[in-house]
Amino acid sequence: MSAPFSWIRPEPWGVHIVPADCWVDPGKAVDRALVTHGHADHARGGHGETYATPETLAIMALRYRTGLADESGEIPTKAIPVEHGETIRLPGDVDATYIPAGHVLGSAQILLEHAGERVVITGDYKRRPDPTCAPFRVTPCDIFITEATFGLPVFTHPPIEDEIAKLTKALTDNPDKSVLVGAYALGKAQRVIAELRAAGHHDPIYLHGAMEKMCRLYEEHGVQLGELRLVSDHTKDEMRGSIIVAPPSALNDRWSRRLPEPITAMASGWMLVRGRARQRGVELPLVISDHADWNELTRTIDEVDPQEVWITHGREEALLRWCELGQRKARALALVGREDEDD
Amino acid sequence: MEEFAALLDTLVYTTSRNRKLALIADYLRETPDPDRGWALAALTGELDFPAVKSSTIRNLMKDRVDPVLWTLSRDFVGDTAETASLLWPEPERREGNVPSVSQVVEMLGALNRNTAPKELPALLDRLDANGRFALIKLATGGMRIGISARLAKTAFAQAFDVSVDEVEEYWHALQAPYPELFAWGADGGDPPDVSNRPRFRPFMLAHPLEDTEVDVADYAAEWKWDGIRIQLVRVGGESRLYSRSGDDISATFPELLDVLPMDAVVDGELLVRGAQQGGPENEKTQGGAASFNALQQRLGRKTVSKKMLAEAPAFVRLYDVLIVEGEDLREQAWTTRRAALEALMPRLPDTHFDLSSLVDARDFEHLAEIREGARDDAIEGLMLKRRDSPYIAGRKVGLWYKWKRDPLLIDAVLMYAQRGSGKRSSFYSDYTFGCWDGDPDTGAELLPVGKAYSGFTDAELKKLDRLVRQTTLNRFGPVREVERTLVFEVAFDSVHTSKRHKSGLAMRFPRIHRIRWDKPVHEADRIESLRALIRD
Ligand SMILES: [Zn+2]
Ligand SMILES: [Zn+2]
Repeated sequence: MSAPFSWIRPEPWGVHIVPADCWVDPGKAVDRALVTHGHADHARGGHGETYATPETLAIMALRYRTGLADESGEIPTKAIPVEHGETIRLPGDVDATYIPAGHVLGSAQILLEHAGERVVITGDYKRRPDPTCAPFRVTPCDIFITEATFGLPVFTHPPIEDEIAKLTKALTDNPDKSVLVGAYALGKAQRVIAELRAAGHHDPIYLHGAMEKMCRLYEEHGVQLGELRLVSDHTKDEMRGSIIVAPPSALNDRWSRRLPEPITAMASGWMLVRGRARQRGVELPLVISDHADWNELTRTIDEVDPQEVWITHGREEALLRWCELGQRKARALALVGREDEDD
Repeated sequence: MEEFAALLDTLVYTTSRNRKLALIADYLRETPDPDRGWALAALTGELDFPAVKSSTIRNLMKDRVDPVLWTLSRDFVGDTAETASLLWPEPERREGNVPSVSQVVEMLGALNRNTAPKELPALLDRLDANGRFALIKLATGGMRIGISARLAKTAFAQAFDVSVDEVEEYWHALQAPYPELFAWGADGGDPPDVSNRPRFRPFMLAHPLEDTEVDVADYAAEWKWDGIRIQLVRVGGESRLYSRSGDDISATFPELLDVLPMDAVVDGELLVRGAQQGGPENEKTQGGAASFNALQQRLGRKTVSKKMLAEAPAFVRLYDVLIVEGEDLREQAWTTRRAALEALMPRLPDTHFDLSSLVDARDFEHLAEIREGARDDAIEGLMLKRRDSPYIAGRKVGLWYKWKRDPLLIDAVLMYAQRGSGKRSSFYSDYTFGCWDGDPDTGAELLPVGKAYSGFTDAELKKLDRLVRQTTLNRFGPVREVERTLVFEVAFDSVHTSKRHKSGLAMRFPRIHRIRWDKPVHEADRIESLRALIRD
């Protein structure tokens, strides 16, 4: 028998499952990839086989057009859907189970089992309720491979209701203006819209063109977003007193000149830090994150209670220190190509 | 405190000046006395609580948060107050109600170094994260949210529809929370009586000279020193030092507070002793002042160490006197005020004051030459003051001009060199340089565009002289033509069309800004780029 956990090996571009010759969220094209969710730093095109939830596969197909082909778009690849809760058998006697991660539509943690050893890779996750995706489930395991995007004790995300209330208040206070909300096109935008609807805001919401297809995809998967309109189809005056959702890159762009006196808002966990908001010229910071905050990260580790914690990306130093203080065995993997998501 | 915290939070995210003014004005209208006065003092950085320092906060945190996690967090957030406000452990239940700004000011004022570590936590426990941020900012000073005293005064004027000049007059004469100011502004009471207070008088300012030429018979010239313009005021034995914006900077330069031997208001440049501006003290350029960098070390401090006072002692180079021993000279001509200032000098300690010397010139051309001859980048240029001008607040056209060395820049190639005169007669120190008349890679030529003999150090002069001797192509009397190998970054005031030059251009006051030993000559500028800078 080989040494414990020698079958799972962290490499700079992803976690390698050796007996299955398979990678989790690899940063380069490989023969066989298990993908946790559709964000670009986890899901890349060009793999031989891609195992992901049907929702994630649909997102990848939309984002990379030919979906699972490489950049030239020529090499056909195989997409293998795995439902939440489903277990698949990989070569080399490795079982993989996809478990909801609560991050964005279709996001999954992946439980890997081999030779009686259990490893969970969270991908990105959060513990707060989110009307656009299935909630995170705590899964006991030996090695817990976690993200740490907001892994600093300063990060306590406020209840989303408070932030949505700030947004609707800005609108009522400024009926002649508009509020332009910068939100990540996959996940954040749809969550903000769904939460606005839940808070009783039923007016049409205007979208930047880059948001439209992803919103439609969410609706096709059963997430109700209410009446959505495209900014390009409407006049300045029609949009007064409305919420407009655009990718963060459009906030200070020429594009925003077509909007009626926009108040610039941004929905991101980074908005907790004043300097970050000022840097981006944000007037109305909305602290809304699709990642676990510090308390969620540490509580989850306690609940999962693994023998070892591996940290994939984010502010790993502080989480390592927390593990050290609690006498938990932990290491940082220093994966390449992972970005500070949640923009 | 909640309203103040909310104001602070909104101001942080507001970039528009008008919006900031409206926010502060709203707050001042809606907040009762004395909270609004204290808030105003806090916004403009006039509150000081010696018992609470940034280190007090750090120490409080180190008892509550693991030091490694604290440091990682502080580094990420970039601001101690903000990090502490976020990391402060939320109490189980908030004890007591949220204190008002006045209560906070009162409690902070009563703290000393021993009680602060015990009392501050109880105060922090009564506030949420935003409130804690506001409290810590208020207690440690330095809001750093882009609210200048000027902006706050304008907001006050806007809130109560009074003149900002009047607000300016009263402001610094009064103490926070400024009850007299609000009684006058907000409640329509009598204007505050400030006649016996060391108050700020708005400065007289200058216009840029641009293409105007003045007659030296009508205008006096002085060097424009690169320090900070200040006003030193003494009334009833009490002194204050004000910056150009009317901020009270007395605490930053305590050595200047007890040195005026009589009640007076004087205007001058605050400088630090040194030899970077105009060289050591001398007849020609006056000199005796350190670079602005040296002064910079002393700006923005609330307390000054003995070491600083010894290493970078400040002094005032006097330009003007507004009031002396009760006599207001502001209506008088500059010549009269200058005479009064000169008469005053023997009574002032030369350790802390000197007189800004006048620059004598035969005519405007000569003045231009002198300005050029001060080969010192640290001197900003010249000030030209109409001899009959009264001292008037603000900028009035035609009275005072600043003739700044605010150069245009171009890269040109060294073509000819000529021996200098006087002590530089053994060096090739006058340089003619040129720009390309087209693409140098397809056979364009260099055409001379100007001549410069200043802007380099003695060491650089030696190096240039050597280069000229080593690369000489031709000799014409005192002039040598050299190989085209060296690029100068040339600074100049303006460029005009000229029929007298082959390039069709004439530069005004060119000087060597930098020697580009590293730059290949084909990368020097073309005539057309120089022509694009013509603004006739
Ligand atoms: Zn993600
Ligand atoms: Zn990620």
